[in-house]
Amino acid sequence: MPSTSPGGDAAGLGRLRAALFTAPALLLIVAFLLFPALWTLYLGVTDYRLTGLAAADPSTVGLDNFERALNEDRFTDSLWLTVQFVIGSAVLGQALLGFTIAWLLRERTGVLRRLVEALVLLAWILPSSVVAFLWIALLDRDDGTLNALLGTPGTAWLLEHPMASIIVFNIWRGTAFSMMLYAAALGNVPPSQLETARLAGASTWQQLRDVVLPRIKGHVLTNLLLISLWTFNDFTPFLLTGGGPDNRTEIMPVLLYRTALHGGELGYGAALSVLMLLANLVIALVYVRLLRSRTKEPAA
Amino acid sequence: MAAISLTGLTKVYPGDVTALDALDLEIRDGEFFALLGPSGCGKTTLLRTIAGLESATGGTVAIGEREVTALPPGRRDVAMVFQDYALFPHMTVRDNIGYPLKIRKTPAARRSAKAAEVAAELGLADYLARRPGQLSGGQQQRVALARAMACHPSVFLFDEPLSNLDARLRLEARTFLKRLQRELGVTTVFVTHDQAEALALADRIAVLEAGRIRQLGTPTEIYRRPANTFVASFIGSTPMNLLPGTVRGAWIRVGDALLPGPIGTDAAAALPDGAEVVYGIRPEYLRYTAQHAADVPGALPGRVTVIENLGSTQLLTLDPVAGGPPLQVTVPEDLPVTVGEPGYALPRPERVLIYRDGNLL
Repeated sequence: MPSTSPGGDAAGLGRLRAALFTAPALLLIVAFLLFPALWTLYLGVTDYRLTGLAAADPSTVGLDNFERALNEDRFTDSLWLTVQFVIGSAVLGQALLGFTIAWLLRERTGVLRRLVEALVLLAWILPSSVVAFLWIALLDRDDGTLNALLGTPGTAWLLEHPMASIIVFNIWRGTAFSMMLYAAALGNVPPSQLETARLAGASTWQQLRDVVLPRIKGHVLTNLLLISLWTFNDFTPFLLTGGGPDNRTEIMPVLLYRTALHGGELGYGAALSVLMLLANLVIALVYVRLLRSRTKEPAA
Repeated sequence: MAAISLTGLTKVYPGDVTALDALDLEIRDGEFFALLGPSGCGKTTLLRTIAGLESATGGTVAIGEREVTALPPGRRDVAMVFQDYALFPHMTVRDNIGYPLKIRKTPAARRSAKAAEVAAELGLADYLARRPGQLSGGQQQRVALARAMACHPSVFLFDEPLSNLDARLRLEARTFLKRLQRELGVTTVFVTHDQAEALALADRIAVLEAGRIRQLGTPTEIYRRPANTFVASFIGSTPMNLLPGTVRGAWIRVGDALLPGPIGTDAAAALPDGAEVVYGIRPEYLRYTAQHAADVPGALPGRVTVIENLGSTQLLTLDPVAGGPPLQVTVPEDLPVTVGEPGYALPRPERVLIYRDGNLL
């Protein structure tokens, strides 16, 4: 590394001045990212509450909060609901639907393609509160659009099928990202390879298996990683069901919110958020592992 | 093995772009057939329509005794080699070659044996376990050929098979391809924009322009007697000189000079004096001389403006004294010529072609 300038770095600033220039940004990061993160870690081992005695004088309780969470049915139920939500709406729903739309649109141009893309994107870019309102109107028991369409008056979708409702809702809302990612990925598959498969007599399924999927495996894994994490941390279903009825849609972010802000148990809530973070980490590690094994393979 | 017969084949793309215009063509059994033309002439569309990758707007495609116009590509019994070879990068050479057999549900052991057998024929025996990314361009091309051969199709379709190879390898591959086609005897249609490639490889050539066949014939016919000025200017490594002229008895007047009319046909001589024609002569069939008696006809005076060294020959560009388009003359490598010197181009009468309204007389 050539260090010709007096400061010992390319710009010739010297350590001190360079540090001063980055200080404002670092300060903001410390204040709004690092500190809250560490604070959460600390809160997780206290009995800190929003109100009452423990709010004024929290005491350290060690790993009690974590022990409590792991022994509490409400936590394990919530974790299980979250898994269903992630697998149902992200891994199966958004990814499959997004891929299907991208595949069907791959050779189309013009009005149809732009219309579909616009509609799918619209669902993605609308603010959550607006979208939630639309879906409440759609699923309403008495005057809901869905009941009118299906001819099933009086069906309270959000009460009778709460989990299915938020899964369908999240598929509708998030498919755009997968669709766009897969559309870009499919653009990278050389048409001649698909045509070679067609000339050999391969069915659509065989073309997907032999030509497309091996080619876009990296895109698929990246897509699944991102949408799994986003869905795991998604709070929007709360706007539809509030976690109910009877906690049947109390996914992790909702449980956390209700515990910490409704119940006022900030210490326990902080412990839950640390557990969520760990769950995120596990998901990320699994995918990163898969991605890495994929990049190693061609050299073998 | 089978003949291919196209009747009234038409392909119109959305937006009223006619790629193929009511095209009739018979390709004989076992023939090595070239579709030649500039880009956008419809040659690739024609190949893809035979393959079934494009559906015809009108007309029929028959392979052997079967009419296949409505059949999907996989049921036409054809194999195609693409310009980019279209090898599957995640599969080994063995799996690539065996892929069509896999789709046909051939047992794995037979598939592997067949792949090894075909690979050995093409000198790929040592590379069966490799992936395409680990092979050279020439090897990749042979893998693509092997894959096409593995399922014994009745027709091979090649889309610009040599254009991704570098110049030296291309010559090697050309010889290889010609020998292979002879040995296999499979009807082969290939698309190229390179006239030299078409002349070298094909038994017969169809020259296409704007979705129509402008000339159909053997390489010799097409090179010696291009049927129209389009083919004339397209075929030949140095384009044919096409000079505007007028009929003057048995001679053609080009600029101030009188040039000899063609021998072996009196079609030009039958034209009335003053009829406007195009005088076609290849640079190879022009003789160049620095000295010429002024009163002897048959030479076009000019001035040398460019000399291009082509190795065994030199290509001179001559600006006619009387004006008009420059013409090119091929001369031996050892002829001393300098830029700017005056000189004369003398056509060989037996090679002169006369075009009227764009068509050969």
